Amino acid sequence: MPEPLLQARGIVKHYGHVEALRGCDFDVYPNEIVALVGDNGAGKSTLIKILAGSEQADEGAVFLEGKQIHVGSPFEAMRLGIETVYQDLALAPDLDGSANLYLGREIMQPGLLGKLGFLDNGTMRAGARKAFGELGVDLKNAQSAVANLSGGQRQSVAVARSVAWASKVVFLDEPTAALGVIQTARVLETVKRIRDRGVAAVLISHNMRQVLEIADRIEVLRLGRRVARFAAKDATIELLVSAMTSGIAEEGAA
Amino acid sequence: MTAVQPTRGQSIRSAVAVRLSPVVARWNAFAQTRGGSVVARMFSTNAAWILLLLAFLMLLFNYLAPGKFLTEFNVRTMATNVSVLLVIAVGETFVMATGGIDLSVGYVLLFSGVTSAQVMNWGGRDSTNYGWDIVLLGFIVALGSGFAWGVLNGLIVAKAKVPALIATLGTLGMSWGLAEILSNGQDLRYLPSIMGDMGASRIIDKIPLVVIVAAIVAVIGSIILSLTRFGRYTLAIGSNQEAARRAGINVDRHLIKVYAMSGTLAGFAAFMNLAIFTTTTISGHANDNLQAIAAVVIGGTSLVGGVATIAGTTIGICIPMVLFSGFTILGLQSFWRDVAVGAVLILAVYTDQLRRRRRERH
Repeated sequence: MPEPLLQARGIVKHYGHVEALRGCDFDVYPNEIVALVGDNGAGKSTLIKILAGSEQADEGAVFLEGKQIHVGSPFEAMRLGIETVYQDLALAPDLDGSANLYLGREIMQPGLLGKLGFLDNGTMRAGARKAFGELGVDLKNAQSAVANLSGGQRQSVAVARSVAWASKVVFLDEPTAALGVIQTARVLETVKRIRDRGVAAVLISHNMRQVLEIADRIEVLRLGRRVARFAAKDATIELLVSAMTSGIAEEGAA
Repeated sequence: MTAVQPTRGQSIRSAVAVRLSPVVARWNAFAQTRGGSVVARMFSTNAAWILLLLAFLMLLFNYLAPGKFLTEFNVRTMATNVSVLLVIAVGETFVMATGGIDLSVGYVLLFSGVTSAQVMNWGGRDSTNYGWDIVLLGFIVALGSGFAWGVLNGLIVAKAKVPALIATLGTLGMSWGLAEILSNGQDLRYLPSIMGDMGASRIIDKIPLVVIVAAIVAVIGSIILSLTRFGRYTLAIGSNQEAARRAGINVDRHLIKVYAMSGTLAGFAAFMNLAIFTTTTISGHANDNLQAIAAVVIGGTSLVGGVATIAGTTIGICIPMVLFSGFTILGLQSFWRDVAVGAVLILAVYTDQLRRRRRERH
């Protein structure tokens, strides 16, 4: 196995008296789709939030390409090449796809106009068409407000937005939870393309069938700890469920 | 089994749908073209519709009072009267685009006018002879007073997290009270006469300077809102504050800037007001805030933010003025304007709600 791209070691997180994470480990390798599974309350979302910078760990360490990093805010995570697709999408519904894609990273006009704060909408729209095209997202009217798009298209914009900027890792928290069959297939296809672009994807999902179908590796959390790791080809739904519910499959089984 | 008979309403509706379908098809085809998409987008907002409403009202009054309504004198009077309001409405548009509201603009205008007039008025009656240096000082004091109230509003909203409605209601009371205390409730007169000359001057003998200035403010505001990063962040924050924050936008700082801009424009409007009336007009600003907010909302700015145009606001400020002037010329009580504006306001918000609801269904 190559060196892990992203490593979390002994992460502890308390919310008052509740221990969400109790010394949790997690590994992401380059060029893979790794699924993070676990029962409700296992600590998946908390772990992702800590790695994406929107929460701070009480204890533990995070390493990116072997170097210890401190992810103090989502902004720092973005700078490190780590992007997150949130469950609630975090798009500005009244702006169009291009404006959302470049939100916070706008391309400015060259020269004096740019210094005065003028946006280069032409370049951004062209970039957006390219970014959406690469992920197979077909926006009929790129200038339409995101709110006018279907749920699947909106999800695609959110995914494309993260993927376009991620150079290392993309976290996807239940990216297909609210979607229909066809839209789900499309988003999963997008996730595969993320990997093909050389970026690691971390997928949180409750859908075991989906996880087995798409992931290269699966890590299982239970009660705030990692209890098992599988290569997807060795895993079955029964194995996963038993690891999630009883933690029986021991760490290192993979 | 009997076939279900369509009701009368249904059959009429389907007949209308059939009759209209070629028109709808042609419209859809047109909307797909490059130029068409611009027009289609325009009519998906309120701005185009209220422009039609404005044109209709002007033609209607011109028809009902031929030779009285669309005269050079009347148009000039209307334009002069909306110029001060337009400037504060531009600032209000930015605030409401973020999903906020600024109730304090009218009294910040009053306060800034009082401080500015007091500085220019230092020499009592002599001050009518003061030169441009004093006028410039008065201008800076007006802008500075407005800016200070705006920053205060921004800090209270962005940092103290007090809802904008309450924050600016508070500063409304404070600026009003302080303006009355500073002026002892008396209007200040004897401002430098060159200032009054400036307020009364016209370009090419026809267009009042204040109207030109207000139009320039509106054009600059429109450019900032639609073409710059500042405008983009303003709309993004109004659309989804959390998304803006996660995208790395410093939301608090941007909100402070937007409220500061609104306050500064109120200060600017105060100076224009002094130039036009050559006095502080203390009792004349009780409804400025509501008129500005009504104009912004009639102009299609969403009450929850995220959607806004200065063009819409400009039309929105003209409609009440046209109604007022029209009713006055027709010899109706001018209070009919308030009745009509109230109805237009409700209609504007209702259509915005309809549009949002239609969108949710996707």
